[in-house]
Parts: sequence; C-alpha cells; structure tokens
Amino acid sequence: MMQVNTRDAAAGGIFIAIAAAFALGTMDLTIGTALRMGPGYFPLLLAGVLGLLGVIILLKSFGRPSVEIGTVPWRGAALILISPIVFGLTIRWLGLAPSVALVVAISAFASRRSTVKLAVALTLALTLFCVIVFQRWLGLPIPVFNGPFAPLNPYFDMAYAPFGAAFSAIGSALAGVVAALRGLFGA
Amino acid sequence: MDILATGQELIANLGLGFSTAALPINLGFCFVGVLLGTLIGVLPGIGPTATIAMLLPITFNFEPATSLIMLAGIYYGAQYGGSTTAILINLPGESSSAVTAIDGYQMAKQGRAGPALATAALGSFFAGSVATVLIALFAPPLTEVALKFGPAEYFSLMMLGLVASVALASGSVLKALAMVVLGLLLGLVGSDVNTGAQRFTMGFLELADGLNFVAVAVGVFGIAEILRNLENETDREVMVKKVTNLWPSKEDFKAMVAPVLRGTALGSVLGILPGGGAVLSSFAAYTVEKRISKTPERFGKGAIEGVAAPESANNAGAQTSFIPMLTLGIPANPVMALMIGAMIIQGIQPGPNVASEKPELFWGLIASMWVGNLMLVLLNLPLIGLWVRLLTVPYTMLFPAILAFCAIGVYSVNSNAFDLFAVAAFGLLGYVLVKLECEPAPLLLGFVLGPMLEENLRRAMTISRGDPSVFVTRPLSATLLVLAVLVLVVTFLPSVRAKRDEVFQEDA
Repeated sequence: MMQVNTRDAAAGGIFIAIAAAFALGTMDLTIGTALRMGPGYFPLLLAGVLGLLGVIILLKSFGRPSVEIGTVPWRGAALILISPIVFGLTIRWLGLAPSVALVVAISAFASRRSTVKLAVALTLALTLFCVIVFQRWLGLPIPVFNGPFAPLNPYFDMAYAPFGAAFSAIGSALAGVVAALRGLFGA
Repeated sequence: MDILATGQELIANLGLGFSTAALPINLGFCFVGVLLGTLIGVLPGIGPTATIAMLLPITFNFEPATSLIMLAGIYYGAQYGGSTTAILINLPGESSSAVTAIDGYQMAKQGRAGPALATAALGSFFAGSVATVLIALFAPPLTEVALKFGPAEYFSLMMLGLVASVALASGSVLKALAMVVLGLLLGLVGSDVNTGAQRFTMGFLELADGLNFVAVAVGVFGIAEILRNLENETDREVMVKKVTNLWPSKEDFKAMVAPVLRGTALGSVLGILPGGGAVLSSFAAYTVEKRISKTPERFGKGAIEGVAAPESANNAGAQTSFIPMLTLGIPANPVMALMIGAMIIQGIQPGPNVASEKPELFWGLIASMWVGNLMLVLLNLPLIGLWVRLLTVPYTMLFPAILAFCAIGVYSVNSNAFDLFAVAAFGLLGYVLVKLECEPAPLLLGFVLGPMLEENLRRAMTISRGDPSVFVTRPLSATLLVLAVLVLVVTFLPSVRAKRDEVFQEDA
C-alpha cells in the first residue's frame, strides 16, 4: 500500500478548497484586462496560485511516511470556540457583566483540570475586574447590565461609588506628584 | 559640513522625540507597556502578537503617539521577560529567548543566575540604545528614498517582503507560500476600492469594510494558541533558588563585551530584513558566537557569551524591525503588521509621509524605545522575584482571562457581534492550519499587505498602459524583484533547506 503523509495531503486539500471557493466568488465580478483590472482580476490570479500550490502540496504528500497529528482537545476546543460566539450573541442584549461571566464560565471548563469551585471563583473575579477596568476606567460604551438585567445597574453604581471615589482620589494624587516633579525639574 | 547639518538635525529630531516621550501620559503608558510586555514575556503560552492584538482596541481611545508607544513597549518588554524565565527555569517565555535558555539555564544551575540575568539585561539595554540611534540615523534617509517610490517599486518591495517572510518561516516553504497567498486573498474581502464592488462578502453587510484585522489576528494567534496549549496541560514545577549576587564579575564583563557588540550588530541588520526580527537575530547570534569561539565546547555548559550575544541580538532586532514599518509602511513581522493596523485605525496612513506629517509621533516613538529600555533595566532586575512567582499561576486560570480580554477587545473595535463570530472561525482555521504545520505569521503579513499590493499593482499597470514589463524596466523595482527571486531560489536549494531545518529544529 502506498504511504500518504496525511498532514500534507489535508493541508493541500484545504488550500485547494479555499482557492476554489474564492475563484467561485469572482464569478460575478468583472475580471477586466491587465490595463484596466476589474475587482475580480487580482483575486482570481491569487486563487489560481493558491490552487496550484495546493495541488503541488497534495501531490508531494504521496509516497511520504505518515505522521501523527497528535491529540486534539475536542471538548476544550468546542468550549473555547463557542465562548466568543456566545459573547457576540449576548453582549448587546444582556450587557457587559453577564457576557463576560458567560465567556469565563464556559471557557473555564475547557481545561481538564478545572473544577466547579475554581470556575465560579474565576468567573466572579474576572467579571468584576473586566467591568471595572474596561467599562469604568477605559470608558467602554457598553452598559454593565442590559435587557432583563438592566434593573441591576443602580445597585452596581451604588456599590462601586466608594471605590470610584477612592480611585479618582489616587489618580489626582498621582497627577499632583507628577506635576510637582515636573515643576522641580523645570520640564 | 553636511555631516554637521545632519548631526544638528538629528539632535533636533531626537529632542522633539524626547519631549514627546517625556509627556507624563506617554511615560505612563510606556511604563504600562513594558510592564505588560514583561509579564507576557514571562508567561509561556501567550506571545506578544496575541497580546498586542487583544490590547490594540483599548489603545484606540489614546492619542496615536501614546498608543504606539505602549504597543511598542509590549513588544520589546516581552523580549526581556522571555529571557528571565529562560534563564531561571529553562522555560523560554518567547521563542526569541529559546537559545538563551541553553547557556543561561546552565549558568543558573551553577549558581550564577544573577550574573546571567544581569548580562541579559545589560546586553539588551546596550543593544536597545544602539538600535535607537540607528533608527534615528537611518529612518530619515530611507524615508527620502521611499518618497521616490512609484507603484511599481512598492509592489516589488512588498513581493520581496512576502517572499522573505516565507523564507524565514519554519517548516515547508510551499505551505508558507500558500499561507501568504491565502492571507492576501483574505485581505481582499470587502468593497473594492476602485469600483465599490462587493467581493466575497457573501451578502454580509459587516464584511463591506473587509474582515476585521483584530478579529483575524486574535483568532489565528490568540485562540489557536490557547487550543494548542490545551493539548497537553502540564504542571509547571517552579523551583527557584534565591537569586544572590546579581552583579557579574570583572571576568564576566570582559567576556561579554565582544559578544554584546557582535550580537547588537547582527541583530540590527537582521531586524531590518523583511520577515526578520527578534527570533532570527537571536538564533543567528548564538550560532556565530559558537562558531568563532576558541572554546566552543563551553557552549551549552554555561558560557556567558551564549547569553550575552543572543539577548543583545534579539533586542536590537526587535527594535530595528521598526525601520521598514516607519519608513515604508511595510511590516517586517506580525507584530509590525499589528502596529500598522493600529496606525490605520488611528487614521494615519503608514509610509514615508509619517515622519514629515507627524514628526512628534515618529520621533516620540523612537525616543520612547530608549526610555522604555531604561525602564526595563530598572524594573526587571529588582522585580525578578515577582516574575518568578507569576509563573506559578496555572494555565487553567490564565486562558479564561485571555479569552475575556480578547472578546471585549474585538467587540470594542466596531461594536459588532459579527467580528466575534469571525474570531471563532479564524481560531478554528488557525488551529487546523497549525496542526497541519502551516505557519500563521506569513498569513497575517499577507492579510495586511493584500489591499496595498493590489492597489499598487493596478496603479502600476494603469500608468504603464497595461505593460507588465514596467516592473523590470524600472531599475529599483527590477532590483527588488531580482532580490525576491534570489531569496526564493536560495530557500529552495537543498543545502539551504537542510540548514534551515536544523536552525528551526533547535527552536522546537
């Protein structure tokens, strides 16, 4: 039986498939001439090159020893790939805090070493951290809670108020120190 | 006379740069950048590319100069951090410090961790200072040359850059080439600039402006990296003896002067090359030191030259790789591609005009690199204990945080849920391709250069009335293309390929 390097064969196959998809995509575009290149000219050229490379890679994979692909963390991969999708679906609807919590909670279980206790702790800590840093400090224009959670916003504001005051006090103190230093060095 | 005038101009320019870099906000974010960079460098499993990709959106609220200064700080800070763990626990945080681990860890085992760390820090600082001056010296004349570039020259130069990135990628040349072409194609998705025709958008309105650069970068580098790390989760046993007597002895200083100089020179040159940068520089510097040493048998057993040279080289290379980015608007490596992405989003067209139109940004960035390097020396040596403790944070706790930051970061670019679906899609594609041993770096370069390449090709062809010989009749363009062909041919030569495999084998 002939040996096939499955890894190279798969890579070649993927490149051919992508090239074909792009070539198909240029069907309804004007190709044009070398002088007046239409929107389809360069992509079709590139798709041709990619297809050619794919074919060469595929052909060269025959007769080469096969190699191990290695383990694939199926469950982890699925959870990791789902979490940004969940974030995209919920961010506008539920607000920043629930979306971040979902991302962390889902992805935390991607690791085989994770425990429920760890996941809960991580979710709480990271959600709080992200909300304070991104929404309060960096002014990300997304409400902390939205949709069904919107009534929670005033409570969060109330809970954050003393910390916010403390942070801004530290901030203005630092600015004062910097200004004093600049005055000292005459910069 | 001429030299005098140039000198005065240089001083005036650097003066402007330092006055920009010394603004409290810039100093502050330079500090944040190098601190974050070191942190990331220390932690294996997150590279500077992924980090810059995910922090990119946060910097959009800043002034352009501030944002670039911080992003640059992350990049060279990561080189420092990577070497710390390479020396202390034989675990290079970044691939650019992989060779440092060889002799650095041996030194640490012999109880000389302190001198090894100090050597790395001082060598890096020296190299960083030299590279800063080099950028200041060579960027303006290069900008002048670049201003004379027509579309044909730009096209040829980009071809050279892309080919070089293929040559320097590890693994199969054919696959790297295919990745470049795939990147170029992905870069073309969206509205055609000339006609407004929608290309490959499959009816998605969100794709009219093209694929989101940050989403592609986060997917291909960030998500794919997490998935790879999940393949075999292992405990990191961190056992570090207390680092005592930091300062190298007189003999150490004598032994490291020449390697530091050679490393700096080599790194500076290799950094400018398209596709070059920190990784290539450090490998090359180590090889050179071993070859010219009178006692090559000491290498691998704790030779101080084996730490001094690659550490100087990777920092010099990291910095001079800014030259093509700043003068030509062409990225030498994925990190520079991200910097270009940051500039475009800030509304600055990268290229030779940046130096004349935004001198405070241009020179401020250059000056901030020196400031940042100084901060790193002052910051790193006293904080070594903290960095080591950070290593004990298990990856299980780390990657949910990375994912959360990525998600928020990507969303904040366009407030667009579609971009997050793109992250998932490109994460999957990136992981599959990495599994099939296809390097992601050429893909990202292709993605950034795709639209520029097409634009210049079209313009060149229109100017020449459809005659493709324009690329070989214009001398500068022809030279660049010949270089590109030479690089490609050399890469395919059997002897070079064997050597290349050998170099990258050490990487693994």
